Amino acid sequence: MRNAFIEELVELAKTNSNIVLMVGDLGFSVVEPFQDAYPDRFFNAGVAEQNMMSMAAGLASEGCHAFVYSIANFPTFRCAEQIRNDVAYHQLPVTIVAVGGGLAYGNLGYSHHAVQDYALMRSMPNMLISAPGDPMEVRACLRYLTSHPQPSYLRLGKAGELCLHDSVPSIEPGIWQRITNSSGPKNRAILATGNGLQIAKNWQQGGQYLDHDLYSLPLWGITQKNLQTNQVEKFEKLVTVEDHLLDAGFGSWMLESLINEPKLIERLALKALDPSVCGLVASQNELHKASNLE
Amino acid sequence: MPISSKELSKQIRVSALKMVTKAKASHIGSALSIADIVAVLYADILNVSPKNSKDSVRDRLILSKGHACVAVYAALAEIGFFPKKDLESYGDNYSALMNHISHKVPGVEFSTGALGHGLPFGVGKALFAKKKKLDWRVFVILSDGELDEGSNWEALMFAAHHQLDNLTMIIDYNKLQSLTSIEKTLGLEPLADKFKAFGAHVIDLDGHDHLALTKNLQAPEVGKPKAIIAHTIKGRGVSFMENQVIWHYRSPNEDQLAQALKEIEAHYA
Repeated sequence: MRNAFIEELVELAKTNSNIVLMVGDLGFSVVEPFQDAYPDRFFNAGVAEQNMMSMAAGLASEGCHAFVYSIANFPTFRCAEQIRNDVAYHQLPVTIVAVGGGLAYGNLGYSHHAVQDYALMRSMPNMLISAPGDPMEVRACLRYLTSHPQPSYLRLGKAGELCLHDSVPSIEPGIWQRITNSSGPKNRAILATGNGLQIAKNWQQGGQYLDHDLYSLPLWGITQKNLQTNQVEKFEKLVTVEDHLLDAGFGSWMLESLINEPKLIERLALKALDPSVCGLVASQNELHKASNLE
Repeated sequence: MPISSKELSKQIRVSALKMVTKAKASHIGSALSIADIVAVLYADILNVSPKNSKDSVRDRLILSKGHACVAVYAALAEIGFFPKKDLESYGDNYSALMNHISHKVPGVEFSTGALGHGLPFGVGKALFAKKKKLDWRVFVILSDGELDEGSNWEALMFAAHHQLDNLTMIIDYNKLQSLTSIEKTLGLEPLADKFKAFGAHVIDLDGHDHLALTKNLQAPEVGKPKAIIAHTIKGRGVSFMENQVIWHYRSPNEDQLAQALKEIEAHYA
């Protein structure tokens, strides 16, 4: 996902001179193509995320679309108030780019585990969460975000994710993307966000949930809740999957979206990380296994 | 006839006192502390116009100590960014003139309230202007207690490293924090040396001296961000408010307002 991100950003920056990239002293062997192509639009803020985020807001207030890149927890929790007050409240086009979403940095330990980031971001009314499930969706999200500049959170995996789309899909906030049709009756579905899509695909490749259609939801947030009822009601069973804690995560967002639809809520099954993984240090796959998500 | 900085500073004090009294709001001491700084900026320094508050070539003023907003609201109304009568809505339910500075008020660049946000935001703007070779300037008014926030020092490091000489910081050094003095809270001295060590061009001056402010705010120092350490008195202009922590919180009653206005009328005639 990281490479798809930088390739697409370099491409978009060719025609969009407003795009700037800020990094918090991170991105070795990833961000150089942007830095080489646009040295005047690349800034290393140093290890100072609070300043980086407010500076990004300052740049955005003058017309830039600022991409702020760091490892998942640093451009989010480290500077939550800067995001809340300077970026989201002022509705400025800053895209917070978190690399290593979920447990992608499993062996680096809890400081690098982004398992509460949706919780933080989805509580902000003016924030669009962008959680692509594969490299094609990374490109799709970037195309959407640059053509609809606004406060946004782009959560990337790390590297090596499978391409599950044949081409770059066209996406809209709150609208599910179909990935595969099931072989059975069309009334069951899995809905994944972010790296949950790779987990769901693994399930199906392992022979589970073969009677479920597979969908991805790469763009969501507070303002897309009202779009969910119509999509859920087509299925008698819906399984949500995410590599985030259930608490204040994606599945909980779906539950809240259906708060006035108790019959639809009964159709939901929510798959998420188990809180017991917090503080554990192991590979991403191993920690998914500990949450019964493998 | 443009308003003089002295007349503007008087009007700021009068309006600020009336606003906080009516709204029963806090922070009058902090607003009186910067009344002269704000007056000099709007009367003599800033290239801003109420005719086009979003003009791309305007100078940008950011009040990082957003709790002192009545000083800026009063100045903006006085020079025509919005009707003076609107000041009466300060602190009312749903008023744009909320009790910490709001970007929804004409002429205000940025909402603050949480401390330590204004300087990093201003650095972003200064960086933009520098990269685009634009000659407008960025001014940020900071409180002294606000310098406890590390984000300011992160921002200053960046500004100095990138030689953002289009950035001017004005520190309202009234030496009182929320509960007691700076000295008893987290001492800032040697403050000038700290700014110098972080790469700023530093000037110490009397923050109530209009001539000194005008002279030192006029031209940037080439190659370095400028830090003006403005020595001020919290509550300046009202005898019973000066240097008293309680006026960080208390709003005047009608008798105190009358006394305060009388003193200002006499002193700034």
